[in-house]
Amino acid sequence: MNVRIIDYKAGNAPSVFHAVERLGYGESTRFARTAEDFDGATHIILPGVGSAKATMESLRGLDLIPALEEAVLKKSVCFLGVCVGMQILFEHSEEENADCLGWLEGRVVKFDNTKVRVPQMGWNQVRFVDSQASKKSGEDRYYYFVNSYYVKPENPSDIWATAFYNGEFTAAVHRGNIYGTQFHIEKSGESGLTLLKGFLDL
Amino acid sequence: MNKLTKRLIACFDIIGGRVTKAVNFQDNIDVDSAETLAEKLYEAQIDELIFYDITASNEKRKIDIEMVKKVANRVFIPFTVGGGIKNLDDMYETLKAGAEKISVDSMAVRNPQIIREGAREFGSQCIVLSTQVKRESKMPSGYEVYIDGARLATGLDALDWLKQVEELGAGEICLNSIDNDGTLNGYDLRLMKMAEEAVNVPLIASGGAGEPEHLRVLFTETGSQAAIISSMLYSPRMSRNYSVRALKDELQSAGINVRPFFNFFEKNFEFF
Repeated sequence: MNVRIIDYKAGNAPSVFHAVERLGYGESTRFARTAEDFDGATHIILPGVGSAKATMESLRGLDLIPALEEAVLKKSVCFLGVCVGMQILFEHSEEENADCLGWLEGRVVKFDNTKVRVPQMGWNQVRFVDSQASKKSGEDRYYYFVNSYYVKPENPSDIWATAFYNGEFTAAVHRGNIYGTQFHIEKSGESGLTLLKGFLDL
Repeated sequence: MNKLTKRLIACFDIIGGRVTKAVNFQDNIDVDSAETLAEKLYEAQIDELIFYDITASNEKRKIDIEMVKKVANRVFIPFTVGGGIKNLDDMYETLKAGAEKISVDSMAVRNPQIIREGAREFGSQCIVLSTQVKRESKMPSGYEVYIDGARLATGLDALDWLKQVEELGAGEICLNSIDNDGTLNGYDLRLMKMAEEAVNVPLIASGGAGEPEHLRVLFTETGSQAAIISSMLYSPRMSRNYSVRALKDELQSAGINVRPFFNFFEKNFEFF
């Protein structure tokens, strides 16, 4: 097993590393900062804080995108995007009008700040849809969110979990080897660590 | 529909790596080491933690990065670090050490642009504006902003300041009532109500919690998103302390939406 956590300026890769380490996978985990760092990877995690645009600019600036697409889209390496790391999997983000990776069809839009406080900040109840990836769906689980924007996938089959903030929104996505969570798995206590362990054990 | 829960946040005043407890910003008594108490509260399922390195600004010291790293190694919930942060480099270093958010207080009054710069560089969600306010009838809102550990009056109206920091890009506001702080008589509800109506970012109410009923009233009567509790959890001065679970159970039975205590060992909890 070879885990790579993508480390770029605005990301919180160290926090994700701490969580991976806590689960006992520290030895097989490295930060990825160059395209070569993806060689031999079995799991890639893209942490995210800040804006979609800044994250895309960082990935482009480090010239990571072709190698990342080779690993995830061609070699089917398990991929997990967290928060903004999930948002950039879609085609476009309203936030600063950013073009994103487009691995999944759909866009990223803002919560209506005339109806709810923005950013959404705190623990929200997440419901996973029935799928192989969540055997025990339906049980209440709480995860920590910090987001002003949320994803609107075009394909309902990509929706892995939902939560409610000014109505129902997509809290996690899943297609094949690609996973994404809007919430911060690395900051969601034991619920987050359990989910992370599930991903690392794939 | 909105299912976001109300948060209970433990706030630590740190002196030299130790958590202390003061009343009205005086007479600090030693409680525990920061990382040990943080870990205990993490296991007790507190929702979030805030660390104020309360002597850092006074002594012109920098934030204790080693302490931040130790906490980040043991605690997997969001935590905020404040006190002694002077510039973007300090913010970057603190975030990279594993903090989720940075709190600015006195420094932001002296240099409000730091809020804008921090929000631009790291995102608004990372920038918490903490402020201490005191009742003052000459102010339009009835409250004045104090800085430097509540020692120095600024002449700033509390509501004007909150609106300004939201405009500058603060992602969250932690509002402490100097009058109520340490009294254990409950939050300043009038202040919190006024503040949450004035701004759209999440508001953390601080100062005065002494019993579970104070939390229930706060969340019922104001739109505060979160509450600071510290004395109730660990102050050696209190006749009794409460567990996070007891507080959550009580709030839940009063119909307040909180993250319920979850027994991870009892229930079969797995993914994939």
